[in-house]
Amino acid sequence: MVDSNMVLTGQTIAYTIYCIVIILLVVWFARKVTDKGKGKGVKPALFYTFVGFLTVLGVSLHIITYNTIPWSKVDLNRSDYKPDKAFNITVKNHQFYLPSEKMVINVDETVLFDVKSEDLTYGFGLFREDNSMLFQMQVVPGHRNDVLWKFDRPGIYSIRSTEYSGPKGALMIVRDAVEVVSKNATN
Amino acid sequence: MNFYKTLINGEEGLFKSETLTPMQKLTLRFVVVGLIYFGFVVTEGMLMRLYEVKPLPFITEPQFFAILTAHPLVGIFGSTYSIVCGAFLFLVPFLMKKPLWSIKLGNWTFILIAAGTFIFWSAGFISHYAPLYTLYWPLPADFSQFSVWGGTFFIVGIAMVMVGTALFIINIFKTITFTPEGWEKQRTGPLLSSALGITGFNNLFRKNKKEHLVPLPVAAVARGSVDMALNTVVILFTGVLILVYMVGSILGFDLKETAIDALLYKNWFWWGLDLIADGLVLIFVAGTWYLLATLITNKPLFMQNIARAALLVELVVSWTVWSHHLLSDQAQPAILKVVSGEMVTAFELITQGLAFFITLATLWSARPLKMTNPLKFLLGGLLGFALAVPAGIMQADVGLNRILHNTQWVVGPHVHVAILVGLTMTLYSAIYILFPILTNGAKIYSQKLANVHFWCHLTGGIGMGAFMGMAGLNGMLRRSIYSNGEFNVYMILAALSGTLILIGFLSFFYNIVMSVGLKGVLGIFSPSRIKTKDLLPAQ
Repeated sequence: MVDSNMVLTGQTIAYTIYCIVIILLVVWFARKVTDKGKGKGVKPALFYTFVGFLTVLGVSLHIITYNTIPWSKVDLNRSDYKPDKAFNITVKNHQFYLPSEKMVINVDETVLFDVKSEDLTYGFGLFREDNSMLFQMQVVPGHRNDVLWKFDRPGIYSIRSTEYSGPKGALMIVRDAVEVVSKNATN
Repeated sequence: MNFYKTLINGEEGLFKSETLTPMQKLTLRFVVVGLIYFGFVVTEGMLMRLYEVKPLPFITEPQFFAILTAHPLVGIFGSTYSIVCGAFLFLVPFLMKKPLWSIKLGNWTFILIAAGTFIFWSAGFISHYAPLYTLYWPLPADFSQFSVWGGTFFIVGIAMVMVGTALFIINIFKTITFTPEGWEKQRTGPLLSSALGITGFNNLFRKNKKEHLVPLPVAAVARGSVDMALNTVVILFTGVLILVYMVGSILGFDLKETAIDALLYKNWFWWGLDLIADGLVLIFVAGTWYLLATLITNKPLFMQNIARAALLVELVVSWTVWSHHLLSDQAQPAILKVVSGEMVTAFELITQGLAFFITLATLWSARPLKMTNPLKFLLGGLLGFALAVPAGIMQADVGLNRILHNTQWVVGPHVHVAILVGLTMTLYSAIYILFPILTNGAKIYSQKLANVHFWCHLTGGIGMGAFMGMAGLNGMLRRSIYSNGEFNVYMILAALSGTLILIGFLSFFYNIVMSVGLKGVLGIFSPSRIKTKDLLPAQ
């Protein structure tokens, strides 16, 4: 199953290759443009091909991610899905108020996190034990802030505010607040 | 000439400030102040980077966030706006071959931007007012965390910069359209139509192409100025709104914060702010690339009509992309996320890619070229945007944004590479090419130092962006503090890259001071002895 780590690994590989290619291209250009030789005009066909390539690239990126990143479709159509579990969380005075000390989830359950702010704009993110991010969303006061997430493997996650809400916001961390356990473990 | 004499009189004593016209002095003042504020930004950046590695004993946590608030604003307004306004107030009349509409207004723009930046920077420094540049409602009006007086001065400083910006825009459009004394009457309509790209766009479909009344770089400045004007209105309105709450608090009234819808405010604010990030920066930069390419090559621009039309498209694109900042806001309508946040934003890949190609093709047509300072910095600027724009397109995706939003990825490979490498190196290229024109033939003190500046800035900027990006991909948030050294490896490497930028900047600053001399630097700020509206002194 594709998870956020795998998506980011793919992105890292793709972007790194791109960076190497574009840096080499500019280095090549810098050498060639100062080399001996006569300047010839660039053919318009090359220009139009390049514009066509950019258009295809820009559009296809979103089509590819929509069809390969599992949470993209779910996120845009949340109301069509029925969660296996729902947690209502409140944020106020730079504190998370959780429904229980530890939120326990079974592997393969789809869970709805409904987070409400009673004062400032905050963020809500789940982070792995190695500090990498599982997902995040903004928590805007006066609006519904809900995210649907399918947990496909066991793990322990901390909650952290992912939006700046003043200097106190940096301390908004609840360690090991979410535990995902295999079905056998709960049985 | 010995060191002391060069330090006082400049390289070979060639720079004589008393020979400068009022317009040359005005432009040089903008550049000097812009560079000083860039020095502020580099120093602040280094302090914050070191703080991220290990909290510094002389900086408190609230002060860290006050620096974080001031840092981008000083960079954008104090440094970039100063250099850009100075350069364009000179270049627009230079390219239109007529005087600036009002030097007085230009002076007021300089004073308001320089003083306004100092006021909001000081307000943050003294009071630790720190709602960040994002000002997410109701944070800027949260007086349980921030000083109301500090906030008031902060907002007044920003407002002064915006008024200065408004005067700049008026001056630019009046310069394009006014008829100087003794000239045959110029018609405003066709000039405006050419400046806004409407003529260029219509030419794409006409058999008999209409003549362009306004040079392409001026058209880019005019179109960027439209975004600048809209942005000024949004920021001024937002500032007044925040001031209402501040004045209310000072008078003892607690106004209801919930009267303002936080999501609507966020949409409004990002719509306005993106007119800088995705509007005027990209349009101004494209225009500057075109100008630099034609000045370096002495050749016409490749695909000029397409370039003009693209600037018009970019203007419309910049009005409709703001939603990519709200992809993680779950109450934001999905249609806005997909259409504005993803699809229209992807157009920036096309418009910026097109400007990249046109600039390279123009340079190519004139090969062999000499690797001068303007050319190498221009190539650096092109590379910067070629790296940063795709990084931005990636995060402007519903799926990827869920795991990238507010991480160091956003601010590293996208923001810092775009600004430090893309924008700043383009501005350096413009400074190097304008230097002999603005100084009546002064010489650069040391080419070796110019090379140090180039390599340190380029490698430092890309390195910083790369290491911040790696930290972001591993989960490090922006606008946060990690006190247990979780991401120290990346932050130390980013700090080393930042040190390279600092070395590059100091080399450049020293090189410029040695080129014009301390007497010359001070002379820039004294009134001009030549009473003329001409840009350059009579031969």
